[in-house]
Amino acid sequence: MPQGIRDKVAILGMGCSKFGERWDMDASDLMVEAYSEAIADAGIETRQIDAAWLATAIEEQHVGKSAVPLATALRLPYIPVTRVENFCASGTEAFRGAVYAVASGAADIALALGVEKLKDTGYGGLPQRGRGTLNNMTWPNLSAPGSFAQLAAAYRAKHDIAAVDLKQSMAHISVKSHDNGARNPKAHLRNRINIDTVLKAPMIAEPLGLYDCCGVSDGAACAIVTTPDIARGLGKHDLISVKAIQLAVSNGQEAQHNLWDGSYFATTRIAATRAYHEAGIQKPRDEIGLIEVHDCFSVTELVTMEDLHISPEGGAIRDVLDGFYDAAGTIPCQIDGGLKCFGHPIGASGLRMIYEMYLQMLGRAGERQRSDLPRIGLTHNLGGFPHQNVCSISIVGHLGT
Amino acid sequence: MTFGILACGAYIPRLRLARRVIAEANSWINPSLKGQAKGERAICNWDEDAVTMAVAAGRDALAAHDRTAVTALYIASTTLPFLDRLNAGIVGEALTLPPGAHALDIGGSQRAGTSALSNALNNAGQTLVVATENRRAKAASQAEMISGSAAAAILVGEGNPLARLVASATQTADFVDHYRTIESEYDYPWEERWVRDTGYMAIIPPLITRCLASAGLTPADVSHFCLPTALPRLANTVANAAGIPDAAVADNLHTGCGDTGAAHALLMLVATLERAKPGERILAVGFGQGADVLLFEVTAAMPAIAGHLGVSGHLTRRREETNYTKFLAFNDNIEIERGMRAETDKLTPLSALWRNHETVTAFIGGKCETCGTLQFPKSRICVNPNCNAVDTQQPHPFADTIGRINSYTADRLTYTPDPPACYGMIQFDGGGRWMMDFTDVEPDALTVGTPMQMTFRIKDIDAQRGFRRYFWKAAPSIAEGK
Repeated sequence: MPQGIRDKVAILGMGCSKFGERWDMDASDLMVEAYSEAIADAGIETRQIDAAWLATAIEEQHVGKSAVPLATALRLPYIPVTRVENFCASGTEAFRGAVYAVASGAADIALALGVEKLKDTGYGGLPQRGRGTLNNMTWPNLSAPGSFAQLAAAYRAKHDIAAVDLKQSMAHISVKSHDNGARNPKAHLRNRINIDTVLKAPMIAEPLGLYDCCGVSDGAACAIVTTPDIARGLGKHDLISVKAIQLAVSNGQEAQHNLWDGSYFATTRIAATRAYHEAGIQKPRDEIGLIEVHDCFSVTELVTMEDLHISPEGGAIRDVLDGFYDAAGTIPCQIDGGLKCFGHPIGASGLRMIYEMYLQMLGRAGERQRSDLPRIGLTHNLGGFPHQNVCSISIVGHLGT
Repeated sequence: MTFGILACGAYIPRLRLARRVIAEANSWINPSLKGQAKGERAICNWDEDAVTMAVAAGRDALAAHDRTAVTALYIASTTLPFLDRLNAGIVGEALTLPPGAHALDIGGSQRAGTSALSNALNNAGQTLVVATENRRAKAASQAEMISGSAAAAILVGEGNPLARLVASATQTADFVDHYRTIESEYDYPWEERWVRDTGYMAIIPPLITRCLASAGLTPADVSHFCLPTALPRLANTVANAAGIPDAAVADNLHTGCGDTGAAHALLMLVATLERAKPGERILAVGFGQGADVLLFEVTAAMPAIAGHLGVSGHLTRRREETNYTKFLAFNDNIEIERGMRAETDKLTPLSALWRNHETVTAFIGGKCETCGTLQFPKSRICVNPNCNAVDTQQPHPFADTIGRINSYTADRLTYTPDPPACYGMIQFDGGGRWMMDFTDVEPDALTVGTPMQMTFRIKDIDAQRGFRRYFWKAAPSIAEGK
């Protein structure tokens, strides 16, 4: 096994724009908004950044291809800048690029910025896109809710759960995230809802109703990373370091081979196991204090609790209904509102999650601050479809934890 | 070994529109529709056309037949979607007929079906004749009321036939009862009474007499008389004029299907073969710019074949559609708001389609020679994680394999001409799976484990370029669903 990156890289500064329907903002404005906060937090100047990574997923909708849009928006001084795209894991992918650059010694200070400007489509929901020449000929024209909704069918069949019981538990997840989002000034959706609102909402893709789906938002998030030594040299104390970053990418097995039953994410299980090993975590349920997962849909969050090996298989419903993942629960999940309410500007989402970890661990999360100051936190992204996806997991925590 | 009809099959779309619905919507402008508001007509789902119905009818006919023995494929229709692209090429590939088989599109007249069959009966080898029709009609027109959509398939050749040709006669006359040109979208009909008196009555009876005489038979020797016409009692009048008794006149399928144009003579012939007894004689007529008369003698009763539905089975397999606007929208007879998601580009790169034609059109995947794992689509490296052998895949067809629903949804967000879009993971018995569209399903009835059969359908319509692409979809299994 490789030795991994545990504690080799520390976060120097972070920033996040307000997420939402930013009708008056271009992607470049959002980038600057997130970056301004991060660079001020880092206490450095732009010229001190050695390399940068830009994450966007649906670039045809806003900035177009390449890393030029980031270099131009921030007037980066002709440094190496790379654009990454890996579905909804793009933000974490950019973070991984920056962290690896620092860990390798190739860069002293590196920047990761994710941005998505989705609200120029003219309609609600994610843009309808092609899937590639050959896939277009054989795949359904599946929407994101339509692909993730299928988890519910397979999960119910596997665990012999009545549709109403599963839907009740999914509703709890959405209500919880709206409660959390209401306490987050940067969140897209800040309204509280109740179980009834969720259950009676218009159907989007059976069994996912409107409130089972996350917000489609404009936004940007940003991280500046360096080595712990350089961070200390710049006057930083109480460092938040990177414990693990893992990616698992489907190789067609779920899509083509009958081993997978459709009720879970094969990638998440693999990435989680590897990330815990890299971070030195033995018992995730006992050792992790905070999680931000890819709650694109309520059912995704539900099954992810099991795939992260925190809830036992078939036991997520119980934990959810018991409030285990509520803001005041044992391991809060989406304390910032999550994709559901903070919003989901795709390229920014992975970095937004790390931003929340950073704030919570440093006690800077305002009204939604967890009083116990979590020591170890996990972020998780899923891009694509349950049967064919990219999963990324990051674990961050206080240096030396 | 005798030459004749070796097998036959049919396809009638599952959707039926009650004529009452058409009359209720349109009698304000055409009051005569009220009097015709009886029974129902077969209508295509949005993803069906003359090509997909031809594939379905061909599969029905070939259910118990060796496809590699087929040496020619004739597709008869006046509503084939492609004017310059061999429609029989699509059908032949979807049916996995030998690439060396002759393939012809035959059209131009309502008697294209009988002319194709007559021609095939002169061929050596085995010819699959498929007559298929999906006519568009103007809203509130007589044609909208009486037409139906369907396909019939008849395999002729050397073997143990169900029926053999006894005699035939044909006549060509440029008698224009209606027409449709390259400039027009709909038929332009002339007065029915003139068509009846000067067309059917003047042309067909003498031809029947000539046909029977050439075989040394009399009108009383005809047990079944198949004349496609939606005009009430016209078939009887023609039969009587030729001396054929009323009892021999076959049902024109008006009540449950409608007049299927160029497909109808063969559809009626197949329906008759399904119930005819050995020794009986069937006189099949095709009318259009003259007429064809074909006299068959039934040599064997139609055997019961697993997976074969025929006309009678398809008439039973039905679902009523009560929404007239939906029918108009399916046939592009109304400009309906489809939403911005419908604007997604549906370009099919023809080079990529050709490269993958076995995958897309024939639904052929792979079987690993090393580990035996089945997969779709075929790939250079085996998907089995315990194998991953390279270049070991042999072609493996999935079209006739039952798959089971592993996961599903009914999606109301994505664009489809008929929301919700139902799709999911289909897991094939014996191995292999694919995330694919469902069709002909009831969203509320979907469950994990439901057995599904594969059906060849329109995948997407590229309105911008006038192209349509086809692929296979999962529909509830008729055999296993019972």
